[in-house]
Amino acid sequence: MSETSVPGEPPRDTLFDLREMEVNLGPQHPATHGVLRLKVKLDGERIVDCYPIIGYLHRGTEKLFELHPFFQNVPHTDRMDYVAAATNNLAYVGAVEKLLGLTVPPRARYIRTILAELQRISSHLLWLATHAIDIGAMTPFFYTFREREEILDLFEDYCGARLTLNCMRPGGQPYDLPAGWVEKCAAFVDKFPAKVDEYEELLTENRIWKRRTVGIGVLEPEVAIDYGITGPMLRGSGVAFDLRKALPYEAYGEVEFDVPVGKNGDTYDRYLVRMEEMRQANRIVRQCLDKLPEGPLMAKRPRVVRGAADAEVYHGIEGPKGEIGFYIVGDGTTNPYRCHVRPPSFINLQVVPAMVQGALIADLIAVIGTTDIVLGEVDR
Amino acid sequence: MSEPEKPAAGTPPGAAPPPWERDPVTPQWQDAAEDPLVVALRAALPSAVLAARVMAGDLTLTLERAALSEVAAALKRDHGFTYLIDICGADYPKRTPRFEVVYHLHRLSDHRRIRLKVATDEATEVPSLTAVFRAANWPEREVFDMYGVRFAGHPDMTRILTWEGFNGHPLRKDFPVEGIDTGAAIYPEYYGETAGPINKAGTGWQRKSAEAAPAAAPAAAPAAKPAAPPAPPAKPPGEGA
Repeated sequence: MSETSVPGEPPRDTLFDLREMEVNLGPQHPATHGVLRLKVKLDGERIVDCYPIIGYLHRGTEKLFELHPFFQNVPHTDRMDYVAAATNNLAYVGAVEKLLGLTVPPRARYIRTILAELQRISSHLLWLATHAIDIGAMTPFFYTFREREEILDLFEDYCGARLTLNCMRPGGQPYDLPAGWVEKCAAFVDKFPAKVDEYEELLTENRIWKRRTVGIGVLEPEVAIDYGITGPMLRGSGVAFDLRKALPYEAYGEVEFDVPVGKNGDTYDRYLVRMEEMRQANRIVRQCLDKLPEGPLMAKRPRVVRGAADAEVYHGIEGPKGEIGFYIVGDGTTNPYRCHVRPPSFINLQVVPAMVQGALIADLIAVIGTTDIVLGEVDR
Repeated sequence: MSEPEKPAAGTPPGAAPPPWERDPVTPQWQDAAEDPLVVALRAALPSAVLAARVMAGDLTLTLERAALSEVAAALKRDHGFTYLIDICGADYPKRTPRFEVVYHLHRLSDHRRIRLKVATDEATEVPSLTAVFRAANWPEREVFDMYGVRFAGHPDMTRILTWEGFNGHPLRKDFPVEGIDTGAAIYPEYYGETAGPINKAGTGWQRKSAEAAPAAAPAAAPAAKPAAPPAPPAKPPGEGA
């Protein structure tokens, strides 16, 4: 009702009755990346308030974890962030290994790092494609999906699946790399940086792209930390926090890579950060392929594993969207007593209402895209 | 396909086997009362820290429930734990009080992680951390949704993953895995609030067919309530009918 409801703008005389309108965005809306529903309060085209409503994809994954033995839970993790299954697997098996005290052999650690970094590239490619389509750039979609297909082919050659990989086990890796896989992967790694240049040519200096992203959805670093934001969302605001550097796991302590950070914390900087992350991920895969050690793939472990009674661990890794962590409590049986997921999308989505205050409704679409959420993980 | 059987390459005979060929060593709890952080916290807030233990490198502080937000604020202000990573609940039906709320904090300067735990029951509210960390908002709502633990001072204590009116808290150990008849929540006038998992008699639908009670078909307009509806919902708003 108020005539001065746009923050930062002077009061204006209106010819017509200026009334706030409530609009529902989603849950069936192509730009909400799944079944996200947003109640948006609008003053003209300006957003006064925004309230996300989630849970449409809630499947009780955490309850399911309690029903299955440690080893049978890996496929459940595939189905949370279903465009980044390998990193979900990695976080879960890392937590179980911490609980059971297993040490993973070096070859398995390197294979895991390769899979996780390929997954990061594939997740960022999907993000770039959908984010660009949301904003109105159709072409990048065709380019990014071309490379994403090749990564999915590599996954298929390794474990038989393209999306729900189920490619890791607590204690190590279930299978070795098939014959010719390293060469195929190396061929992809060699040509991929030129492909990233190709995407950047389409977008980075594109005038429309910059008008739609520069200065949009600015996230101050203090605000980001207060909201618990992790991943490229945080690094876009200039905070160089990356769990791969901070608390190295798997083979990340033995490879060289840079952590790109943004300056302004806007949608454009987050775009630049993710583009550079793809290059760095590619660099990590290259080094792992070169250094890939020989040796066993699975640690020594009992056939039937039981989590110690009264034991609890938390293990978090740097997923493509942020920190994905598992908190597991053992009770002496073969099943986890409690297995909680720390989903990056869920925590990162929290900040969207704060980022779109006073923005245009078209910017809301850009902000949802830059947040890079997967509703399977938000709702679990 | 299955287990790799290759022996470790390059291990000289007689040398100690590498860690992945030894039996796993499960982590154990160790006392951490001498940890400088614990000492500092105990000096600043006596009687707030009930126990301090370490497992697998993570310091775990069991806190007095009432002192939770003071401890969290002190950790953030004086010790640099600016990051609230996660909040989750856990249900231990054999313990009193029954529920536990677990917080994970992170310090950016040296990447140290600590875990805070408070115990509570359904009737007792836990102080909300939303005033200290804005990140606490949704995770606390999730704990409320999944376990029924309430947070005092939370700005929006509503369900988040299930819907308003859902009857029960799904991650409690006594919630049936096969789920409940959600009609119990949608038509409280027919099913009543005892239709949920707390009632051993079964779900609302099973109970209703066993009783074969109101002759009038429940398909009638909701305005026309049966003459004797089961126990009327008496829960506070937000809990759902």
